[in-house]
Amino acid sequence: MQPLRGFLLLALVAGALVTTGHLLADDDDDDDELRALPAVTQPQWKAECGSCHMLYHPALLPERSWRKLMAGLDDHFGENAALDDTTRKTITDFLAQHAADRTTARRGTVLGRGIPADQVPTRITGTRSFRGWHDELSPATFKRASVGSAANCVACHRGAERGDFSEHKVRIPR
Amino acid sequence: MRALLIGLAVVAAAAAPRDLLQRYEHEARSEDAAFTGFSSERGRALYLTERTTSRGQTVSCATCHTADPTQPGKTRANKRIDPLAPAANPARLTDPATVEKWFLRNCRDVLERPCTAREKGDFITYLLSPHGG
Repeated sequence: MQPLRGFLLLALVAGALVTTGHLLADDDDDDDELRALPAVTQPQWKAECGSCHMLYHPALLPERSWRKLMAGLDDHFGENAALDDTTRKTITDFLAQHAADRTTARRGTVLGRGIPADQVPTRITGTRSFRGWHDELSPATFKRASVGSAANCVACHRGAERGDFSEHKVRIPR
Repeated sequence: MRALLIGLAVVAAAAAPRDLLQRYEHEARSEDAAFTGFSSERGRALYLTERTTSRGQTVSCATCHTADPTQPGKTRANKRIDPLAPAANPARLTDPATVEKWFLRNCRDVLERPCTAREKGDFITYLLSPHGG
């Protein structure tokens, strides 16, 4: 009995240390590895989505949001962005595969968990995580000609299309 | 050999818009028996004429592509658009599927209806003309 109790105690302490280590690592803003979304790419996603706007990383929205968005391309935020069925399916599959609720990347997971299960947002800027991460910025900053709108991530996050939203690399243009 | 290949590429790139025009000409004739040919002037008017959409936005092709198709434009989402005129951008009008994709989308956005074959041909004729290119 004694050796078992000793082992359990040791396991408990070890477990606590490991957990603390994880928490510390999670809170460490310097750890870009943990903060970055995985660099994913797909030629049609790049060509089709990227001809009109910056490439939004699939982990910025949950799968259900991508499916809704891709099913409504005839009216894509007020513009017609219709695709042929084959291309649409290929891109939808890619987005779903790396979506916020399917990625293992921490930032994506946090973003996905912040969205209530009964909601299907199609605007990344409308998510609770987005608002929380940008709460120190005034609406006027987003409206600057050099930025355009809050939807233009790359204006400040130069590596956004590669999934790099590291806070230390943020450069807000004048 | 290299010069020959480049020469062939240039010829191929120049042939593609003409092939497109032939296709639209064929379609235009079946749409309208009185069709007599494409017009660069009508194409220019189509490109520049502003209209107010049912959403209350005043738009034309030039809204995003600028009044000069040899210049780069900008999408509403702040992304650069390479020039439309083949003289400034030889990749334009080389892939019929791409051309059709953009006519489908943008005619619906600006005109809120599909473009006719005559309009497509006029538009391309304008882009190929010295004024458009």
